[in-house]
Amino acid sequence: MFAVEILGLEKIYTVGFWRKTKRVGLKSLHLEILKGEVFGFLGPNGAGKTTTLKLLMGLISPSAGAARILNQPWRDPAVRARIGFLPEQPYFYDHLTPIELLDYYGTLSGVSAADRRLRIPKLLERVGLASQGRTPLRKFSKGMLQRVGIAQAVLHEPEVVFLDEPMSGLDPVGRRQVRDFIQSLNREGKTVFFSTHILSDAEALCHRVAVLNKGELRGVSVIAELVAQNRSRFEVVWQGTAAIPAMRNFGNEIHVAGEVARTIVKESQVQTALETLRSNSAQLVSVNPVGGSLEEYFLQKLGERENVVQ
Amino acid sequence: MTIRIRVIAFNTFREAVRDRVLYNLVFFALLLVAAAPLLGEISIGVQRVLLINLSLSAISIFGIVISIFVGISLVSKEIEKRTLYPVLSRPVGRGEFIFGKYCGLAGTLLVNTIAMTAGFYLALLIMTRTFTRADANVLIAIYFLFLQFIVIIALALLFSSFSSPLLSALFSLSMFVAGTFAGDLRAFAAMSHGPEGVLARAASYIVPNLASLNVITRVSHDQFIPAALVGYNTFYSLLYAAAAASGAVLIFWRRDLK
Repeated sequence: MFAVEILGLEKIYTVGFWRKTKRVGLKSLHLEILKGEVFGFLGPNGAGKTTTLKLLMGLISPSAGAARILNQPWRDPAVRARIGFLPEQPYFYDHLTPIELLDYYGTLSGVSAADRRLRIPKLLERVGLASQGRTPLRKFSKGMLQRVGIAQAVLHEPEVVFLDEPMSGLDPVGRRQVRDFIQSLNREGKTVFFSTHILSDAEALCHRVAVLNKGELRGVSVIAELVAQNRSRFEVVWQGTAAIPAMRNFGNEIHVAGEVARTIVKESQVQTALETLRSNSAQLVSVNPVGGSLEEYFLQKLGERENVVQ
Repeated sequence: MTIRIRVIAFNTFREAVRDRVLYNLVFFALLLVAAAPLLGEISIGVQRVLLINLSLSAISIFGIVISIFVGISLVSKEIEKRTLYPVLSRPVGRGEFIFGKYCGLAGTLLVNTIAMTAGFYLALLIMTRTFTRADANVLIAIYFLFLQFIVIIALALLFSSFSSPLLSALFSLSMFVAGTFAGDLRAFAAMSHGPEGVLARAASYIVPNLASLNVITRVSHDQFIPAALVGYNTFYSLLYAAAAASGAVLIFWRRDLK
């Protein structure tokens, strides 16, 4: 069962004084997000992530294509009450307090007064702003605004939550809190669709990711599969250049910095590599599974089309 | 009116009330009204006429300034600051949003006008020590000023839906000035022939007839305002404001939010 189905959404902007120059914001995008999954939408700045989210939220009109959210047309007002949205770098009415703001958004989403009274304090507690409920938002830091943004996105208990760069600009503590919050939303059974260019966040949170570049979908992958692929490769680091000729037999490139050298070997070669180092009187520094599996996938997907073009 | 329109209107009203710029405008308007009796002392025998003219002109100027400058930023500020995104991602239509913002500013101006009217009557009481039946007539002129405000807010909204804040302010101000001289424009159209006559007639219908909504001089000289004019002006202003606001909704409906 799909939570979101993107059926060829496309956005072409017309720019220039006479509006005759066309600029592609998003090429025909086909994508399905399953119910209950955390889906990461990855890409560098200007890849088309925010354009996709704006299209899904009805903030801009598509040049072509359509979408379905929770099995209904995406622009249906009934759907809007079942989804939550956190815009990128959110900014809210700074004349309001978080309690007033959440009450405002809650009313617009059709949450009853009784439910608002019940949910708002709980939600502020959950995002760590219980003591700042009556402080005007103009006094809030970027991280605090982000937390208010998350609170407004889930106040009406939506089934699907769209988050545009939720960790952007946050300090490590703030990022950790947002990560935990996304995980808790997922545990509650909500579908989370979030865009990011921070790969470690996507790797830690997502079930699946899509890579977007220059308005084009470059690939979709399951995080668990990427991680499993990667476990079969290890990085070996040692001290002692005498072992370098013998280590070349494993067939991989060796990087040398002074007395320290490193190379990548297959899981089946680890024992042999360690024996080679021992027999050449080299000192082992570390043996680690190769990290950055998503990073490799991401870079590969970004570079693929460029290589073909070249 | 749906609950969503009411909530958006109330939020707009609350924002305006908490905005210090708005307080300053009201403060200066009240100061001007308070200064009127002193001016009356200088002009012996015409104190009441001067007070009415000065006070109602102050109410008009400050009301128009608020209508234009807050009106043009009603939607453009929301787009620029992206406060609109969490609103429109909810079950809120763009028409509801525009109408809510419009009602919020109209409500703000209503409260401001009432406050300034109270200030005027206080100044009048201080000066004349008593109220006469003719003083109630001034309320009609103030009501007409409020009708001007709701027309100008709708125009400011319309212009801001497709142009920059600076141009919107310029267009709205131009319409206000042209509307103030709508009577002369109609007289010119009646006298003109050929293409310029057609243009003048078209302009006279497009420009709001604000001249008809200005009876300050008449009430200050205790002239009678017929009930038919009150009815006509009310109908005309509401129709004009509805048409301009509908235009704003139509343009905003198709607009991509950057």
